[in-house]
Amino acid sequence: MNGDHQALALLLFSAFIAVTLGITTWVSRNRHGSAEEFYAGGRLFSPMENGFAIAGDYMSAASFLGISGLIALYGYDGMLYSVGFLVAWLVVLLLVAELVRNCGRFTLADVVAARMKERPVRIAAGTSSVTVSVLYLVAQMVGAGSLVALLLGGTSEAARSWTVIGVGALMVIYVSMGGMRATTWIQIVKAVLLMAGAIAMTVLVLMRFHGDFDQLLDSAAARSGHGKDFLAPGLRYGGDWTARLDFISLGLALVLGTAGLPHILSRFYTVPTARAARRSVVWSIGLIGSFYLMTIVLGFGAAAVVGTDEVRASNAAGNTAVPLLALDLGGGAGSTGGAVLFAIMAAVAFATILAVVAGITLASSASVAHDLYATLRRRRAAGPAGAEDGDGRYSEVAVARIAAVGIGAVAIALGLLARDLNVAFLVGLAFAVAASANLPVLLYSLFWRNFTTRGAVWSVYGGLVPAVLLVLVSPVVSGSERSFFPGVDFHVFPLENPGLVSIPLGFLAGWIGTVVSSEPPDAAKHAETEVRALTGAGAV
Amino acid sequence: MEKQEGPDTAQVRLEDPWYDALASGWSDRDSTGAPAPGAPLGGEDLTAGRSAADIYLEVQRSEAFQEVRARYRRFVVPASAAFLLWYLAYVVAATTAPGLMARPVAGAVNVAMVAGLAQFLTTFLLTWAYTRHARLRRDRAALDLRWDTQEMTRGAGR
Repeated sequence: MNGDHQALALLLFSAFIAVTLGITTWVSRNRHGSAEEFYAGGRLFSPMENGFAIAGDYMSAASFLGISGLIALYGYDGMLYSVGFLVAWLVVLLLVAELVRNCGRFTLADVVAARMKERPVRIAAGTSSVTVSVLYLVAQMVGAGSLVALLLGGTSEAARSWTVIGVGALMVIYVSMGGMRATTWIQIVKAVLLMAGAIAMTVLVLMRFHGDFDQLLDSAAARSGHGKDFLAPGLRYGGDWTARLDFISLGLALVLGTAGLPHILSRFYTVPTARAARRSVVWSIGLIGSFYLMTIVLGFGAAAVVGTDEVRASNAAGNTAVPLLALDLGGGAGSTGGAVLFAIMAAVAFATILAVVAGITLASSASVAHDLYATLRRRRAAGPAGAEDGDGRYSEVAVARIAAVGIGAVAIALGLLARDLNVAFLVGLAFAVAASANLPVLLYSLFWRNFTTRGAVWSVYGGLVPAVLLVLVSPVVSGSERSFFPGVDFHVFPLENPGLVSIPLGFLAGWIGTVVSSEPPDAAKHAETEVRALTGAGAV
Repeated sequence: MEKQEGPDTAQVRLEDPWYDALASGWSDRDSTGAPAPGAPLGGEDLTAGRSAADIYLEVQRSEAFQEVRARYRRFVVPASAAFLLWYLAYVVAATTAPGLMARPVAGAVNVAMVAGLAQFLTTFLLTWAYTRHARLRRDRAALDLRWDTQEMTRGAGR
């Protein structure tokens, strides 16, 4: 990696930043400052636009560089990830997307609070949504820092710190100035860039092997140093039973967590109807599915063309597999084609990070302003009801803009603190918390007649608290050389991902809370939720 | 939010190009594209002086709504159980039975590769089946119920 790609990559980074800032300015030119506009972008995006935006929101740099890198290093075991990330969308499509679009207005808590006592439920769901978002955000920020430093060759501490600060500042500008509309367009641009980049690389890899997938697999297996084992599961997760259970836990978190991610749920409110929400998910499943199919080709391609040992030598986690593959496919190190393709892939990765962090920041600022702030303020104001209209709404958007700045500051600070730590587990943890705290309460509210306020609150905290506690006493925090605190050892829970235990606990806590509830379930509210969810009556 | 929905949704409906494809299936349009069977929802006289809560309870009990809900659940419950079990079986097999998964099928392609690609294929197929089912068997009836319910709640106090 020499000066040529770096200059070109920096140029492309700047071009992307200029385009996205242009979008933000253009969008905020005649904004009304209403909540509909800020949180939901006016709700008039088409299913195709929203489908691209969902894909842009969901496919992080961890998917693009991380999964193909894992495949390049461990062969088949990397593929297991992509399957979980895709199958998760069936949960979203069948059980969540349309019903959430019909019942809610801006956030996950809207859906639950419609049936329950608003205050405790909003505080619980808001807290867990912010927790999930911050975990995911920190993972992306730290990833961005090391990734950009890696791609630009400068591994100095200062370069990484400035990248984290720069990414944080940009996402705050996008969100606080442009709201959902700017975020959506940035995600659409990113999704188009990412798909185009992946398609181009896939075509180049397949051309190299004359379109013969079998030959590609054979060469990958031969150059990996593992032979046929490279094409079968077991290289990464096939160790002892702890490692196997850990992967099952992660698989469960991936498949159930997507439907509880706040920044994914909030995307369904940007289309006018449940039918449009369904069609957005169909678009995004098509895009995400074909993207992960391409990462399989890219991963095995990197193993076959670049070689597993070379990938590992460049970055132990495999994150540089795709850029290295680009360099080779473009004509090798030192050639113009190689430099151009490398710089393009680096720019695509950078665009990916910016679009994802903007989506998460927006969703968490919505949770802070719409759920937490609005609820806490309402108690101080005169009555429990009636604080929703008129001037109240404008100030809520102002709070959301400030919250975006605050969340940006927190994310930058945590990103800088965690800069040198291994944060790869944070993505898996964010999915596990979403699956344990958000999904049970969402499904119970939509489908269970007897669900009560206590059940809702218990199910959120009953998933959130165990998930976080189990991680604190797991090997990712202490007790191994890869942990947060390698020096000490207070780990008692053997798995890195808490999903296997905390997801059932979230469902169980919701059930127990409902059964021991003193208040009877509200039949009329349940009827309203069910009728609205399935017909769209009264949907905004 | 109640005050907005009348004019807004009507306008949205006119402008939405994706509304025109509603229930455009050709095969089973007659049996299912039409509103679900059952008595029409209560007329004007019934809604007088009733709260929105009563109206939602009545709609929920109506035969038309029960039919929409049954059609939704009859598809979604078995389909969700099936794909979750199939995914779990895949993950558990990959982690606990690597020998089985490594068995060659054709050339370099082994059982694991076929199973992984089959997960992609079944996801795409189920997506297609679900949207087709929703479009042909649920959308029209749900939309009719939506307008009826909104008509009834318009006058009701909350």
